[in-house]
Amino acid sequence: MRVVVVGAGVIGAASALALARAGAEVVLVDRAGIAAETSSRCEGNVLVSDKGADPAVRPEAELAIASNAMWRSLALELDAERGDGPATELEAKGGVVVAFPQGAAPLTAFAEGQRSIGIRAEVVDGAALRALEPHLSPEVELGVHYPDDAQVQPSLATQSLASAAMRRGARLVLAEVTAARMRGGRIVGVETTSGAIDADAVVLCAGPWSGEAAARLGARLDIRPRRGMILVTTAMRQRVFHKVYDADYVGAVGSADAQLQTSTVVESTPAGTVLIGSSRERVGFDDRPALAPIEAIAAKAVRLFPFLAETQLLRTYAGFRPYAPDHLPVIGEDPAVPGLFHASGHEGAGIGLAPATAELIAHHVLGSATALDPAPFLPGRASLAEVAA
Amino acid sequence: MSRRHVVVLGAGPAGLAAAVAALEAGARVTVLDEGERLGGQYWRHHEAITDRRLQHGWERFERSRDRIAAGIAEGRAVLLQRAAVWRVDVEPLRLHALVGKPDAPGRRRVVVRGDALVLATGAHDRALPIPGWTLPGVTTAGAAQALAKRDGVTVGTRTLVAGAGPFLLPVAQSLAIAGARVVEVLEASRLPRHAAGWTARPWELAAAAGKGLELAEYARSLLGQRTPYRTGSGVVRILGERRVEAAVVARLDRAWRPIPGTEREVACDSVALGHGFTPRLDAAIQAGCALTEAPPGSPRFVVADPDQRTSVDGVWAAGEITGIGGADAALAEGDLAGRSAAGTPHAALAAARRRRDRTDAFARRLEAHAIQDGWSSWLEDDTLVCRCESVEAAAIVRASGSASRALRLATRAGLGACQGRTCGSSVEALCGERLGLDARPLLAPMRIGELLGGSEATA
Repeated sequence: MRVVVVGAGVIGAASALALARAGAEVVLVDRAGIAAETSSRCEGNVLVSDKGADPAVRPEAELAIASNAMWRSLALELDAERGDGPATELEAKGGVVVAFPQGAAPLTAFAEGQRSIGIRAEVVDGAALRALEPHLSPEVELGVHYPDDAQVQPSLATQSLASAAMRRGARLVLAEVTAARMRGGRIVGVETTSGAIDADAVVLCAGPWSGEAAARLGARLDIRPRRGMILVTTAMRQRVFHKVYDADYVGAVGSADAQLQTSTVVESTPAGTVLIGSSRERVGFDDRPALAPIEAIAAKAVRLFPFLAETQLLRTYAGFRPYAPDHLPVIGEDPAVPGLFHASGHEGAGIGLAPATAELIAHHVLGSATALDPAPFLPGRASLAEVAA
Repeated sequence: MSRRHVVVLGAGPAGLAAAVAALEAGARVTVLDEGERLGGQYWRHHEAITDRRLQHGWERFERSRDRIAAGIAEGRAVLLQRAAVWRVDVEPLRLHALVGKPDAPGRRRVVVRGDALVLATGAHDRALPIPGWTLPGVTTAGAAQALAKRDGVTVGTRTLVAGAGPFLLPVAQSLAIAGARVVEVLEASRLPRHAAGWTARPWELAAAAGKGLELAEYARSLLGQRTPYRTGSGVVRILGERRVEAAVVARLDRAWRPIPGTEREVACDSVALGHGFTPRLDAAIQAGCALTEAPPGSPRFVVADPDQRTSVDGVWAAGEITGIGGADAALAEGDLAGRSAAGTPHAALAAARRRRDRTDAFARRLEAHAIQDGWSSWLEDDTLVCRCESVEAAAIVRASGSASRALRLATRAGLGACQGRTCGSSVEALCGERLGLDARPLLAPMRIGELLGGSEATA
């Protein structure tokens, strides 16, 4: 069975690996190369801390818990395969979500819900909080420690997933997909700028461009970009030890508000730089460095870690996060185009959710076994149709 | 008379000429420059220390400086020095700057609004990586000259000057006047090609009169020191334990590959490297100006129309960012850009255009000194290419084979403190691909705290 995977970001690369492992002949197609867009313009989050237990979002929380566990074994495997250096730079450093005085009650309630679905979330204050993060502002009174939060170096991890797929026979084609090849109402391949590729199934993993790509393939999918901006400092002595963020983060990701929203996410990288994110804006595919989000992120970061005021900012970057109207990933066969499978809409969580998404894709396309529940993410789900209509 | 407010970024020859021309045309003018003193790299100086023999066209500098001072007195000019412009918006036109000593707290955050912008951001001098080039005693030719001109200081007592292009000559002269012994000047371009470039059109050399005289002067000063000037030669390795003790020099073929068997050791305690210039494009890129096409590692330039307009409405460009052409070209382009930006119609600019066109000959001759691909063959696996992040040549070459641009960025080459300003072109040449290292969202580093608390606006 031959499967064309469109898009060589983290979702496409992980899906290509899962499909190749299950015995499919995989052709990975991308117009710009591996990890050329969203997967190289993000923080590499593998989080459980930002996943809530509310019924509407609980399926994603469960997917994140499973995926978080998968990343750990996957990283070891990829390291072993590569042999000459880290393949993902997985750092299981844990996360600390903090609240300023007025935000303590909602945060502890949120964490209680998380614990009820199996997320480790320990409320810390006073000395325990300072022991975790000694340079936090004295204004911060309370935090929740999430030992399972982790991060990978996203471009490296994506490259390693793609390389592992290629070692199992997957082929990379650098071309842009222009149209579907259809026979008897079923997709049987794609037309590309480098010629046609026949396939038994097509998996669309084009991130924020998935809506546009779906239209070229005769399908309808409401995936839109949300811009996220990240600030990078010069390398310095390590003073931030976890992923540290304020409790607004959850609101920003889940919100339907088009306007600029920010919440501080501060973390150190192995290179010694500090990454400070992140804003969420609906501005289409505008990647010009905007001033307002940079100022807003800076202000919040300094409120969290006052020492940051004196640190040198080196650059900023922007990436587009793909989101669906109901803010859940879209994973499964297109209801109108048999043979076409979607895997996108992961918003800011694509890196973290990639292994579980890939397992679901192998399940949908090849019938591989999975313990995950595919139902909440199907493209034909009611919440997607209602909002999109 | 113009009623426009012309904002000029950069106060080297191009920027000063633009500011003066815009004032002459009646415009209001604001000049922003990162330096402590006007003049840019070309007229880098110190009021008390600088030896006038190191300056060329100094009267022109003084006239420009005085004209701007008069503009300030009339209330038509504003000069912001030590202004680090970190962001350029064009719709509407706004330059965001931090004004004050870069390392001191309390820089003022300023936003300058205007009707027209003249970009005159100049160029960095470029040094190709060479085994041993990180030893103390190795500098760029531009840094060596700046020290000599501004501070009267030399980088050593026996200096080897190597690279490509006529800029090596004033560097050697500056070092000699400041008291160093210049042991050799090595020009990588081969003699036949080099000579053709400089002498095939002698009438053009005569037309660029100032330039011809300058070069003759340099030649005389080298002769006086008995300094050999060798073409088709370059430094291929720098030797020393704690600092420079000697350099290995070799003949280079037309592609700048070292010719085996021609290596010889030259004793020296310092090496000044200059392989041409990299235009400072980041402000133009942020403004959205169209650039020329060029292979990775070769410079691109801002596309300018006959009146120095860029592809972006309300933005002009002059000087080295539109093509490396030296100070005479920069002055003529700045003059034209300043007049045009102030609103002088195309028809009234014919004389300014002719003055600008006469300087093209010198710029064309510089093409004979363009960097050739063979330079990478003198690298060794462990030669540092990106010094900020300590990235070796082999790591960049390894990553260049993959389909992932992200992976090439994962080597961190070009991502350190200098943000690729020093190594970007070399990294892109080794990758065989443009990585976008010169597209910088922040045009200058700043403290995070400097983003807080709003800014002061100047109209």
